[in-house]
Amino acid sequence: MSAAHYISWFPDIGLADRPKVGGKGGSLGELQRAGIDVPPGFVVRTEAFGEFIDALEQRSPLRARVDALAADELDAMAAVSSELRARMQETPLPPALQQAIRDAYERLGESAAPGRVPAAVAVRSSATTEDSADASFAGLQDTYLWVTQADSLMDKIRSCWASLYSLESLSYRRRQGIAESTVAMAVVVQIMVDARTAGVMFTRSPISGDRSVISIEGAWGLGSALVSGEVTPDHWVVAKITGEIPVREISDKALRHARSPAGGVEELAVEESMRREPCLSDEELQSLRAIGRRVERHYGRPQDIEWAIDRHTQRILLLQSRPETVWSNKDNQAAARPTDPLLHVMNVFGGRR
Amino acid sequence: MNAPLKPREFPLPSSVKVISGTERAQAAYPYPIQFSAADDRKFWFYNSMHFPEPMSAFDMVTAEAAYCALGAVNTRVHCLPTTLGIDHRIINGRVYIGGNAVTDPEEIVRRTTEFQKRAFYYYENWESLYAQWKQKMLKLIADANAMADPALPEFEPLEHVHAGRGIASNHDLLVTYQKTIEGYFRMWHHHFEFLLLGYGAYLTFFGFCKKAFPEITDQTIARMVAGIDAEIFRPDDELRRLARCAVELGVDAHFREGASVEDILRSMRESGEAGRRWLEELQISRDPWFNINVGDGFYHYHRSWNDDLSMAFSALPGYARSVRAGTLPDRQVGKLRDERSQLIADYRELLANEEERATYDQMIGLAHRVFPYVEGHKFYCEHWYTNLFFNKIRSFGGLLSTHGFFADAEDVFHLTHYELETAIIDLMNAWSSGSQPRGPAYWPPIVAERKAAIIEWARHETPPALGPIPDIIDDPAIVMLWGITRESLDNWLSAGAAPDGNEVRGFAASSGVVEGIARIVRSVEEISRLQQGDILVCQVTNPTWTPIFQKIRAAVSDIGGSMSHAAIVAREYGLPAVVGTGNATSKIKDGQRIRVDGGRGIVTLLH
Repeated sequence: MSAAHYISWFPDIGLADRPKVGGKGGSLGELQRAGIDVPPGFVVRTEAFGEFIDALEQRSPLRARVDALAADELDAMAAVSSELRARMQETPLPPALQQAIRDAYERLGESAAPGRVPAAVAVRSSATTEDSADASFAGLQDTYLWVTQADSLMDKIRSCWASLYSLESLSYRRRQGIAESTVAMAVVVQIMVDARTAGVMFTRSPISGDRSVISIEGAWGLGSALVSGEVTPDHWVVAKITGEIPVREISDKALRHARSPAGGVEELAVEESMRREPCLSDEELQSLRAIGRRVERHYGRPQDIEWAIDRHTQRILLLQSRPETVWSNKDNQAAARPTDPLLHVMNVFGGRR
Repeated sequence: MNAPLKPREFPLPSSVKVISGTERAQAAYPYPIQFSAADDRKFWFYNSMHFPEPMSAFDMVTAEAAYCALGAVNTRVHCLPTTLGIDHRIINGRVYIGGNAVTDPEEIVRRTTEFQKRAFYYYENWESLYAQWKQKMLKLIADANAMADPALPEFEPLEHVHAGRGIASNHDLLVTYQKTIEGYFRMWHHHFEFLLLGYGAYLTFFGFCKKAFPEITDQTIARMVAGIDAEIFRPDDELRRLARCAVELGVDAHFREGASVEDILRSMRESGEAGRRWLEELQISRDPWFNINVGDGFYHYHRSWNDDLSMAFSALPGYARSVRAGTLPDRQVGKLRDERSQLIADYRELLANEEERATYDQMIGLAHRVFPYVEGHKFYCEHWYTNLFFNKIRSFGGLLSTHGFFADAEDVFHLTHYELETAIIDLMNAWSSGSQPRGPAYWPPIVAERKAAIIEWARHETPPALGPIPDIIDDPAIVMLWGITRESLDNWLSAGAAPDGNEVRGFAASSGVVEGIARIVRSVEEISRLQQGDILVCQVTNPTWTPIFQKIRAAVSDIGGSMSHAAIVAREYGLPAVVGTGNATSKIKDGQRIRVDGGRGIVTLLH
């Protein structure tokens, strides 16, 4: 199999490629195509996953073991889970796949930061299942930050794949009766953003569902501090159309996540003078608003977006965008329209009825 | 923080005492507007929005005429389903009002049928009825202008006699006076002919937006509806035009900072042809656009630009400088219109589905249809006509003072309009009988007593509301015109007990955050104290104040909502503004450093 089947670069893919590049990969490609800045990267496609699993299957059965599990046999499931995960971690990737990943990693490093190879990348699982299922069993644990060596990258890719065989994932699939033959996972490899500030934004109010506002949360450093709940983020509400900022809640941000010299992420105390400073300028809030509107327009529905601002270039980059799900299920409950437009005024003049 | 103690209810009217020493001044107000024992059963609130200061005996006519007309339209003309008119009372010079709700469901149904036959006709024929309205107002104004100022010659003019006129000049006093009062009552009928329907259509759209976009700001909705070429912008536009004109004619050097109106007019007269031409242009602007009062027009001392050019002229040096620097833009009507259309389209796009978009289109369409009236009527009614009215009364004051009734023509405003008719008839009789009028001995001590009472009343706080609190405030007139809801009443109740914070809250009228020095401006005379970059803190602003927005960095007012003048002009100038704070002028100290957050409606006192 040629490298072209294992690897896809972001500009070459879009949402339609989800079955092969997963939700995250498809969305990042789609964003880049729409002209939104995302950290450059590639996707290790599901074909690579398939080949790896096939290699495992040749030694002893894997999918059949899972298919045979009953949804309520948790003990058995736990045993199968740890066995399969151990096998996956031990088994090297097929040589052609290894070479394809090494080449892509090198090329990514050269293009993103020439002369500064090896590149620091984030490795993230990109599930091919529906959004809601994605949310419920592909968790935060399959994101690995600041990976800086090709060998380590192989490891992390295997770990992402192995997370499909975690107890939670297995029990979810068994409860849903999902056939193992349909299960696949892509992995996103993306240049790491050394974030000055990172956070999330919803292109509608998470509180009221209002589509005319954008809710932005941010904190110093990498987004992991905010996502894990270790720091109370600053919070703004920005009017989507007018750019007014009716809500500004600046919190005491005592810590931040940063790249650890030892590899991975470490927790640092925020300098006293920075703790109560807003982590975004008004100009940046307006840029985020513009980006949020553009992404929402592109997808035709409100979005839940992760973003970061590069410490060195001060550029805003999107790490992820997915459709907002909570409020969109409540939409489409419009009040009936009176046949006589003037009857609307009875809302005001008619009293409480 | 401790929970503030909450008094359960407002004091009863009967528990509010007339301030000692002012009893006779209080007794001057006619019997129907004195509180009585029966009034304890009803809820009243202090109309500080329209009558923020104690009212002199004459100025009370505004409350009388306005509520007479408002009630007639609501109760009898358009038959609003859930509300009749508004009762008013005066105590210690303060105007309290109370609405009369319709609560019987059958009666509401009956009135709804009538309302739809009447109000819907207005909505459907709005443009033609409004065009007709303007003609009525212009006719009323022309009639008022056509009346000569009152005068009593020693002998009746010979031509009157030879013409067989048959009535003497003293009778003209009565005719002019009664026509003046009649015209004022008539003007208020015109004022309310469309007002509630206009606000109602606006609020319908407002309510829809709040439901569709729960976090949308009031000011954004206001911007979608507000007119672009409304009359309220004209006076300021005229000043810009005059500044431009002066620069073109080469006479702008006469606009020196600190020069008096007289200085400027004199130097223009002495500047030959160019100066003469500028004065002609000034005359064109003055009639009618300088007929705007420095207040809401509800007090006789809210004079107009035409009466006192200093307010208008104070803007000219700054405008002329900008013209020379090429930085005085015309109001770009086309651009503003495009921005408004874009705003409306952008929000429309966010709606959930086509049904909602269709409803939105209907409602914004109706709001735009009614809004020219909502914005425009004030110029004709509260400014132009009211200015003519008070000046006509002032001319009676002049005549009476030349006959010894008063030391000063302005004293006339300390008589009720009933008493003034008596004084005029006193003079008519004295002129005819050839004896001395009784007024000169009678009125001066009474006027002195009433002047003292006004000063005394102004020194005392008055309760924001009186009587039992209704469970719900469902009266659209009260909600629309005064913004009073059950929630705002609860706020009033807790305000007295809350500890003094370093914050003043109001309506978020125009967004942006700035810090600066607060300048408390209580009257037009104090406007000259404003320095470039100050933050204006005032009770209320109106079109007359527009020119000073070029000087200030932000605006804060006691009174007004998101469609108030200060809010509209601040948005046009891109200045932060917080309006309707209730008490900014008393809580903020002159010269204090404050931060104005116009997007959130919060003013923070920094030191």
